[in-house]
Amino acid sequence: MSSFYEFLIAFHIVVGAFFIFVGSLGLLKLPNLMSRLHGPSKATTLGVGGCLIASMIHFAVLQERLSIQEILITFFLFITAPVTAHFIAKAYLHTAVDPEAELPPPRGSYGWSTYESATEARMVRRGPSPRPERNDREA
Amino acid sequence: MTRPLRKLTYWERWLPHPLLTLVLIALWLALSNEFSIAVLLVGVVLGMVIPIYTANFWPDRPTIRSPLRAIGLIAIVVFDVVVANIQVAYLILFRRADRLRTRWIAVPLDLTSPEGITVLMATITLTPGTVSSDLSADGRTLLVHCLDCGSEEAMVGQIKQRYERRIGRILP
Repeated sequence: MSSFYEFLIAFHIVVGAFFIFVGSLGLLKLPNLMSRLHGPSKATTLGVGGCLIASMIHFAVLQERLSIQEILITFFLFITAPVTAHFIAKAYLHTAVDPEAELPPPRGSYGWSTYESATEARMVRRGPSPRPERNDREA
Repeated sequence: MTRPLRKLTYWERWLPHPLLTLVLIALWLALSNEFSIAVLLVGVVLGMVIPIYTANFWPDRPTIRSPLRAIGLIAIVVFDVVVANIQVAYLILFRRADRLRTRWIAVPLDLTSPEGITVLMATITLTPGTVSSDLSADGRTLLVHCLDCGSEEAMVGQIKQRYERRIGRILP
C-alpha cells in the first residue's frame, strides 16, 4: 500500500520538476523578453503545483496529518505571479515597444494606459483648464 | 478619498467587512497549521483589527453575485492550465524559436468592475501561452501577449467565452 503512495508522490514530483525544467529552458531559448515571460508562468502553475500536491500526499499518507499550508502557498503564488508578470510587461512596454507601430489599437477613443491616462487625454482634448494653479491646489 | 458624512453604524464601525474577517481567521488557522483556542483567538483579533485599519483602502466593494459558480470557474481554469502547460511545453521543446507566431492581441472587455477585470487578467496570465500586459486608459480593452497564436479571432473568442462570461456571472 505504502509503495503505491510512494509511486504517486514520486510521479507528482517528476511531473513538477519536468515543467520547471521546461520553463527554465524557455527562458534560455526564446528570443525576446515578452516570450520569455511565458516560461515562469509554467513553472509557477504546474511545476510548483506538482511538487505541492506531492508534499500534501506525503504528509497526509505517510505522516498521517493533514497539511493545509500547501494550499496557502498555491493561493499566494496565484495572487502574486500575475502581478509580477504584469509589472515586467509594463516596464517592457515603456522601454522597448513603439505603441503606434507594434500594438493593436484598443477599442474606443483612448490609448493603452501605459502611455496615456484617461484624465490627461480628456484634458488635452478639451484644452487646458482656465485656472490650472487653482486646480492643482485642490487636487 | 471620499468618506461618508453620515455617522457609521455600530456594525460598520467595528466589523466593516465580515467576509474579510472570516477569510483572515481561516488564513491564520491555515498558516499556523494547527487548531487550538489560543490560535483561534489570535486569528479573531487579527481578523477584526486588520479590516478596521485597512477600511480606507476599499471604499467601494463589488457585490459577489453567486459565489458557488466560482467552483465551476476554478475547475475550468485548472483544466485549461494543465492543457496549456502541455501545449507550451511542446512549443518550447520542439518548435524553432523563429517559427513561433508571437503577437499582441486586443481583447474588448464586457466586465466593468476593477475586481472582475483583475480576476480575468490573473486567469489569462496564469494560463501558459498568454500574458495580459496592459489595459486601455478607459478600461474597456485588454492587451494580451500570445506565445503562439494562429488567429486573433479564435483566441479572443476563447478568452471571452471560457473565462469572461463565467467571471461576469460572479463579478459585474
